Amino acid sequence: MSEWPFLDIVVFLPLAGTLLIGLIPRARVGALRIGALAVTVVTFLLSLGILMNFDTGTADFQLGTSVEWIPEWGISYITGVDGVSLWMVMLTTFLMPLSVLASWSVERRAKPYFIFLLTLETGLLGVFVSLDLFLFYVFWEASLVPMYLLIGIWGYRNRVYAAMKFFLFTLVGSLLMLVAILFLYFSFPGSPTFNYQELLGTPLSLGTQRLLFLGFFASFAVKVPLVPLHTWLPDAHTEAPTAGSVMLAAVLLKLGAYGLIRFAIPLFPDAARELVPLVMTLAIIGIVYGAAVAIVQRDMKRLIAYSSIAHLGFIVLGVFVGSIQGMSGGILQMLNHGLSTGALFMLFGALYERRHTRRIADYGGVARSAPVLAGVFLFVALSSLGLPGLNGFVGEFLVLLGTFFRYRWWVVPAAFGIILAAIYLLWAYKRVFHGPITNDANLRIPDLRPREMVMLAPILVLIAFIGVYPKPFLDRIEPSAQKVVDQLRDSSALPEAAVGDADAP
Amino acid sequence: MPLDIPAVRLTGIAPEIALCATALLLLVIDAVLGERRNRWYLPALASIGLGLSIYFATEAWGTTRLELSGMVAVDGFASFVKITLAVFGLLTVWLGRDFLVRERAEEGEFYGLVLFAVAGMMLMAGAADLIVVFLALETFSLALYVLVGFRRRSLLSQESSMKYFLLGSFSTAFFLLGIAFVYGAVGSTNLYGGEDGPGIVSSFMATGASDVGLLILAMGLLIVGLGFKVAAVPFHMWTPDAYQGAPSPVTGFMAAGSKIAGFAALLRLLDVTLYPLREDWRPLVIGVAVLTMVVGSVLAVVQEDVKRLLAYSSIAHAGFVFTGLIAANDRGVSGSLFYLATYGITVLGAFAVVAVLSGRDDEKVTLRDYRGLFYDRPLLAGALTLFLLSLAGVPVTSGFVAKLVVFGAAIQEGYWWLAVVGMVTSAIAAFFYLKVLVVMYMQEKETEDAERVRSGPLSTGVIGLAALATIVLGLYWGPLIDVAERATLFFAGG
Repeated sequence: MSEWPFLDIVVFLPLAGTLLIGLIPRARVGALRIGALAVTVVTFLLSLGILMNFDTGTADFQLGTSVEWIPEWGISYITGVDGVSLWMVMLTTFLMPLSVLASWSVERRAKPYFIFLLTLETGLLGVFVSLDLFLFYVFWEASLVPMYLLIGIWGYRNRVYAAMKFFLFTLVGSLLMLVAILFLYFSFPGSPTFNYQELLGTPLSLGTQRLLFLGFFASFAVKVPLVPLHTWLPDAHTEAPTAGSVMLAAVLLKLGAYGLIRFAIPLFPDAARELVPLVMTLAIIGIVYGAAVAIVQRDMKRLIAYSSIAHLGFIVLGVFVGSIQGMSGGILQMLNHGLSTGALFMLFGALYERRHTRRIADYGGVARSAPVLAGVFLFVALSSLGLPGLNGFVGEFLVLLGTFFRYRWWVVPAAFGIILAAIYLLWAYKRVFHGPITNDANLRIPDLRPREMVMLAPILVLIAFIGVYPKPFLDRIEPSAQKVVDQLRDSSALPEAAVGDADAP
Repeated sequence: MPLDIPAVRLTGIAPEIALCATALLLLVIDAVLGERRNRWYLPALASIGLGLSIYFATEAWGTTRLELSGMVAVDGFASFVKITLAVFGLLTVWLGRDFLVRERAEEGEFYGLVLFAVAGMMLMAGAADLIVVFLALETFSLALYVLVGFRRRSLLSQESSMKYFLLGSFSTAFFLLGIAFVYGAVGSTNLYGGEDGPGIVSSFMATGASDVGLLILAMGLLIVGLGFKVAAVPFHMWTPDAYQGAPSPVTGFMAAGSKIAGFAALLRLLDVTLYPLREDWRPLVIGVAVLTMVVGSVLAVVQEDVKRLLAYSSIAHAGFVFTGLIAANDRGVSGSLFYLATYGITVLGAFAVVAVLSGRDDEKVTLRDYRGLFYDRPLLAGALTLFLLSLAGVPVTSGFVAKLVVFGAAIQEGYWWLAVVGMVTSAIAAFFYLKVLVVMYMQEKETEDAERVRSGPLSTGVIGLAALATIVLGLYWGPLIDVAERATLFFAGG
């Protein structure tokens, strides 16, 4: 344990930063931007402290605090990171300053915009570090409101509909999870507690486990999203402002997968094991369906949104196949998808600011006027479709490998999804950046500005780095991943015992 | 033969006496001092009266006994409800002050009526005999009928007052019939029974279980009467109309006060007196609860008037409180108390914002009038957002905690499906709270106002206090829930 509670400072610093933003007069848009950027950069720098102090060889929770909050109800403020949440926290703090940079063109109502963006960061970080079910639920719901407002106020034409749909879909799922949480709370044999680590050992009959798992699953499946609960996502992604799309795709969708790994599987391992075929089927459907629908999209943001459904299908597949390769690959893929899809939304956001249209058909030949933009886009698209040497390949390959070990034939439709990914991304790239210039406006598209390069460069570096040398990332993921795999494969292996008798991959 | 006068102890009704005395004094002072430009002393006096009643109710905390020949119960439960009601009363008086000054309406009568209403509601909380419940019910209802019609120049207000009065009398008649049936079935109307005579349940047990049908019927009638006051479906018809027509501060008071008073009587009747018969009344109450949650949430979705919207929301909230009542365990009762107290404060805050924004003649209350409010009045809109999120049950607000307790109680008792119904209807309900947010944040103001609405210092204070309470109780509710739990140590009688 380090002397500095880095983790808790990182979680609440953005929220404290909203006070700073609150002090800046609303007309000073420049100062607001700089303020938000400063807060998020400092948050990121402090989060490096988490990374530095993270102890690699263990699956335990680290760097957290534990304080009683409402002792009467057994509610505590307990935080901590392990290999699963570490990268999610880092991803969030890393992408947030970049999202602020991507929001440079927000002139209208900039003050509430940045306040909501910072509040969102605290909410998201809180979800990843909470080790108390109550605390987790509070952050889970609290992250909903700022995102709702971001989509609804600064989004595109259909924003209100999209925001509403986003909120209600998520809320229905969350409330079912809340019932399950309460049920679990009352089933716990000892003194009542919401402490995640204590609740892990709650004895439950298989029937009860199944119901509770479905309660949690309802909430997480909406967030992931798994087909058929995905319909909110294309709307929300498409209508959200650029930074909103980035945070949605990169971090918010990961909440679902993270919840499955952290809560649904370890709390109800028997039910999870029993329902593996169902979840895997849904994941495979998501991979193929998302990719197939992405191909026919005419709206670029919708295309990226559907590609997310396919990618998240991969993640869920990896998580549920029950092998260490699949689990590590899935977790790494959560990070990868955050980087690549975040970058795709940023790039397209930049393009949108220049041309104010989302229709693919309105573009064409953009590479001639904006070659750097086109090059970067291609690079990111290749990473997203899993080109060897870039990050997407590592994650997807591990997932496929893990699947192959356990369920040989399931690999076929999954691999088919990768081929479809190549089709929709490269075809979209061709239609937007190459081909004849049908619209004169495309002749005068300015190339990437320095600010945009600064915003994209860190992502590109990471994409290449993970692609070539994923070891530092996987090293930190694996112990925790192994623990969850053991829980999924054999419930008799208690979480404590799981670390020792891990079979090497 | 010397006359044997029983010792009369008044601890139980001291708060009510304080309020009635203050109210009478208020009316006299108002008449004596006559028309003056600034009658600040009236709300001040009313506040002192309410403060006194809080003092007396706190004094009674910790005692558990029956007084006035077994007619009034003095216990933690009554004290908790009385203190809560006095707080609601204080907020209403302060809010009413700004409203009355703006509308240039009669002040003395308003405060007097509010005080009488609070006194009646308090009596409901302590009533240990159905006759006293009836007296209390009539006392506060009559005061509310007048208050609803307080905007004398407004036709709408008159109409709602009339509707509320007629339907209210109707429901009271049901209640009275219920009392008669209870008496017919068991020969007693006392909730506890003691040295002054047997109670309902002990008489029932003595006569054998032959008359259970009659008692159930009587119970149904009593539930009709009280269900009307708490706005439970299918006795809710008056709610939207009365809420819409009443002056905004009164609407807030009605939502907060009638609900807790009605539920206080229901809790004592069902969860204490008729607890042995819980398997008999539960199906009936579960039906009412499910209907209330569903109808309240669904019908609110189509409302365009903020006050009507909040009226349907208040119906839905009655349904949520019912889940705690149905659980009938300690957590359920204390949870219901917590729910009613926090809901009352939140809803008073919401109506305070509505009252400020409604402008002269209390007319700007449609969603259209709230367009782009956030960019015009960020703090007011922010406060209203907080209240609405609390009503929707989003974490970090007291409304979330309240839902958690009552649904938790239901789950503990095995009624997890009832909690699921509650959650699903909460999600539906969230839709219309969000609708208000959409209007405030995501739509543009149509026209510039000729005059900018001003929030008086008292209204600002009320809104601030309510917002503070909503957020503090959402983050740290331990002490209040603790008090609510200790309040449920009922006086068991005998």
